[in-house]
Amino acid sequence: MKVSVSWLKDYISIDKNIDDLADALTMAGLEVESVSDRYSYLNSVVIGRIVEIKTHPDADKLKLCHVDIGNRVIPVVCGAPNAKNGILAPCALPGTVFPNGTILKKRSIIGEVSEGMLCSAVELGLGANSDGIMELKKNFAVGDKLHQALNLSDPVLEIDLTPNRPDCLSVIGTAREIAAFQKTKLTYPVISLPESPDSTGGVSDFSSVTIIDPDLCPRYSARLVFDIKIEPSPFWLQDRLISVGLKPINNIVDITNFVMMETGQPLHAFDFDRLAENRIVVRAAEEGEKFTTLDQKERLLTTRMLLICDGEKPVALAGVMGGLNSEIEQSTTRILLESAYFDPVCIRRTSKKTGLATDASHRFERGTDPNGTITALNRAVQLIAEICGGKIIHGIIDEYPKPVPERVITFSVDSTNRRLGTKLSQNDIKQYLCSIEFKVEKIDDDNLRVIPPSFRVDISTFEDLTEEIARLYGYNNIETTFPLIPAEAAEPSKKIDSRYHIKRLLVGFGFTETITYSFINKLSCDRLELKSDDPKRRLMNVLNPIAEDQSVLRTSLIPGLLETMHYNITMQNKDLKLFEIGNVFFNTGKEDSRPDEVEMLAGLWTGKRMEDSWLFREEHCDFYDIKGAVEELLRNLCITNIKFTRMLPENCCYTKPGYTAQLFVGNKSIGILGEVLPQVLKNYDLKQRAYIFELNADNIIELIPDIKSAKPLPKFPSISRDVTLIVDKDIEAFNIIKSVEVLNENLVESLHLFDVYEGSPIPAGKKSISLRITYRSAFETLEDETINSLHKDITGRLIKEFDAILPA
Amino acid sequence: MNKTIEQIKEDALKEIEAASDSKKINDLSVRYLGRKGAVTQFLRTIASLPKEKRAEAGKKANKTKKSLDKAFKEALIQIETRSAAIEDSIDVSLPGRIVNHGSLHPITQITRQICDIFSRLGFAIAEGPEVETDYYNFEALNIPKNHPARDMQDTFYISQNIVLRTHTSPTQPRIMEKQKPPLRIIAPGKVYRCDSDLTHTPMFQQVEGLLVDRRVSFGDLKGILTTFIHQIFDDQTSLRFRPSFFPFTEPSAEVDIRCVMCRGKGCRVCSQTGWLEIIGAGMVHPAVFENVGYDTSVFTGFAFGMGIERIAMLKYGIDDIRKYYENDLRFLRQF
Repeated sequence: MKVSVSWLKDYISIDKNIDDLADALTMAGLEVESVSDRYSYLNSVVIGRIVEIKTHPDADKLKLCHVDIGNRVIPVVCGAPNAKNGILAPCALPGTVFPNGTILKKRSIIGEVSEGMLCSAVELGLGANSDGIMELKKNFAVGDKLHQALNLSDPVLEIDLTPNRPDCLSVIGTAREIAAFQKTKLTYPVISLPESPDSTGGVSDFSSVTIIDPDLCPRYSARLVFDIKIEPSPFWLQDRLISVGLKPINNIVDITNFVMMETGQPLHAFDFDRLAENRIVVRAAEEGEKFTTLDQKERLLTTRMLLICDGEKPVALAGVMGGLNSEIEQSTTRILLESAYFDPVCIRRTSKKTGLATDASHRFERGTDPNGTITALNRAVQLIAEICGGKIIHGIIDEYPKPVPERVITFSVDSTNRRLGTKLSQNDIKQYLCSIEFKVEKIDDDNLRVIPPSFRVDISTFEDLTEEIARLYGYNNIETTFPLIPAEAAEPSKKIDSRYHIKRLLVGFGFTETITYSFINKLSCDRLELKSDDPKRRLMNVLNPIAEDQSVLRTSLIPGLLETMHYNITMQNKDLKLFEIGNVFFNTGKEDSRPDEVEMLAGLWTGKRMEDSWLFREEHCDFYDIKGAVEELLRNLCITNIKFTRMLPENCCYTKPGYTAQLFVGNKSIGILGEVLPQVLKNYDLKQRAYIFELNADNIIELIPDIKSAKPLPKFPSISRDVTLIVDKDIEAFNIIKSVEVLNENLVESLHLFDVYEGSPIPAGKKSISLRITYRSAFETLEDETINSLHKDITGRLIKEFDAILPA
Repeated sequence: MNKTIEQIKEDALKEIEAASDSKKINDLSVRYLGRKGAVTQFLRTIASLPKEKRAEAGKKANKTKKSLDKAFKEALIQIETRSAAIEDSIDVSLPGRIVNHGSLHPITQITRQICDIFSRLGFAIAEGPEVETDYYNFEALNIPKNHPARDMQDTFYISQNIVLRTHTSPTQPRIMEKQKPPLRIIAPGKVYRCDSDLTHTPMFQQVEGLLVDRRVSFGDLKGILTTFIHQIFDDQTSLRFRPSFFPFTEPSAEVDIRCVMCRGKGCRVCSQTGWLEIIGAGMVHPAVFENVGYDTSVFTGFAFGMGIERIAMLKYGIDDIRKYYENDLRFLRQF
């Protein structure tokens, strides 16, 4: 909300400079976002003197003036009748932005160059006079800036109000806060009404108000003013509205806006003669009812919206916007002025549903002063009588079927000091509360009975009052203390600690952590070539996405990684080792319920295996690189009983069949790894191969053993023996290793696969696999003969099991 | 006049020093110690000296000869070892064999720092779901439907009662429902608001803090947050608390710190104000306690929340929030 300092000064004297005032308001909870001077647009308007004047050669009504602007004399074409030699007038220079929005440029007017513009008061927004240029007193110095010469300065505060303070959505409301911290008094406008004599009839002789829905409209006050003339407002009124960013329209509308800005109470003026039966009925809308608002748009209404009607039809969408059918027109002479208190929730619902947010709805939905309707109404009719020459009809219609009860709060000084950490006396507290117009009575030495003013709709509890005390005492004056924290250790979180451990390990392996958005493109499932029954298609849609490509919650981290890969490649980062840990979201199928959130861990490796180096041949990464990373990760996490199996082609989706492994720990599948399917790469407009893994991080974290126990180191030396077997090509190495393990020979310590070879001289369809078996006994140094015989035995068994032969 | 033996020695040593290879040393050796060498010639002149001086001069000259002979030999050895070393050497200026190391996302690093500070103060770390019910995200936090406070956060909706959490505050009622006071909790996580521009991303991260006990005061909240700010920035960073509004705290405060970029002089980062708004905080609203069944006559508490991106921006001098989620490797590798 905008408030100009000159307007504030109508109600309060301000003893601070503008920066201190802004700071004090901010520290009182009314955050001043910016301060600007309303007259800053006059920066390029200077005092000029006409030093030579002659008629335009090609236009009788225009004059060619030479204007002295202090440092030089410029040619100015001027059409004002009062332009004459020797006078001083404001001269706008090119670049000036006028209040009506036009920008002055150096230009040529019917063949004559004009380097400035001599201005009228209206053009400069300084008065209502548009008859000619603004003639200035002779004692001004030519070349001085106009706003300095005229001492024009009016700082405007832009205040970002929190939703709990609708009472400050007005100039008086803001002045009240200033009064509190300045410890000065506020001067409210004096209202005295020249009402028409009783003999012409009172308001009830002409009109009535019926409230059918008192829950939605607890109070409706109205007055009548007859014999008014619709005209533009006087300059001072227009100027006030412009100063806070409102557009003047006509005297009646301007007065209602002025009073709203002054008091915070929105008002609405109806053309009394356009109200059928000259009366008002307040009722809830019917489902599907239609109504055309002032902005000429037809609105579809629901039952929980409130309508202001006349004897026949709706005339306003209550608290939000008036109707086109009862709008003030040029010909209007009799008006009914509405000043009401509406249920905030109802107005907010209506505003949200219709998408209509107005200055009025903004105030009503936050809560106006239920006891402020009459004051605002009287203030407005007073101004109407003054400005529009109307006759105020005697009396007020004030329907108040549901009085808003006064709030009485019992307030303990001791509890306040404990909550805040202060040592305030009962008297201090009393003074603070009185300074913001709260009624305070002493109950006993500790307790006070407090009644907040009706405009403070945000205050209803003891805690609310403590905030007021803290605010007025000053948050920064409250002593900084420390809570007494027992020396208890907080329980560590296995999940958070393990996640961090996993991240650190992957970073150690050369992977860089990425964080991508949790929402992805709706087309991601298709781009991943997921089958129609893939569980990853159980998407949650965002109802109001910010963009099409962020419209569903992810069920996989792979789209984010592929998009990150794409982004980096366009940025010329072609060699990437990336990972992300984050949640994915599965639709449970249950309506209006939360999705299953599962934490996943995914990685992507593309481009070179190692950075370019004089030491290395450039080599691209492959399946075994990404697998190595996963194996090393699991080994570091002490997760055992791991198995990688070839994923059946029909189960592969975004990875290439034959190049995809499924990872099992025991019998539990915890993820996959493999090469990204070429079609998927294509879908993401990627041209280089990429290898990925995607694992269930929740499962991995659960599998990390809580206790690690050390094994004693061997006391006796080991002996290694190699064996090379020629087997069928499609025998998986894992099975051979596994079958040695299954033998459960005590002396076999470990197995190391050190070579796999296909091609000559190995026959086609076969491959050779070389294993190194390490033997060791825990009790003695093994004899060669023992080992030789055992090794021979194992070799024999492998030959038999895998139908293998030994190399020639 | 002929040179003295001392001068000869001095000259010889200088020349040895200057000699760069073994050939030069050998040549020098001949020039000084050879048959026609300077020392040899000097020795010859001794015969012509008066008898009483001969013995001493001879002694001196022989000593010089010996020491020069030693110097030549040493110089030769030195030169030879040096050249041998050059033959068996590597170019140590070549880059080393690459050990790849990745990097943690800056948000992860700052989150960790924040959590570590609070852990040291005895706070436990917790987390909550990212997709929330309207109840936990709003209602339990004293933000009823159709309350203007809902405008403070632009919410992504999944369905009527399911939202992407707009803040980490729903972890407060979730934890309090399960745990009895006293408690001290810190809860980091992702949050979502439908807002995207230079200073907003639709997803960002927050850390929530909650402390509930008997006799907790607003002054204590100031103490904990002051300690935190001094730890995460430095103890020269001053704080200011000013009134604000959050439906789930009363009194509520916005916490500003002296701009860490300009130290309060006014700069682009702080919009010339000298202050940076970084934490929202306050005393837990009794309605929140009532919703979880805490006895408001016994327990008080405070809560606070902060944006991690903002703190990371200040700590690392990052000027565009969108950088965090573009994941440009050149950006990520800087941390």
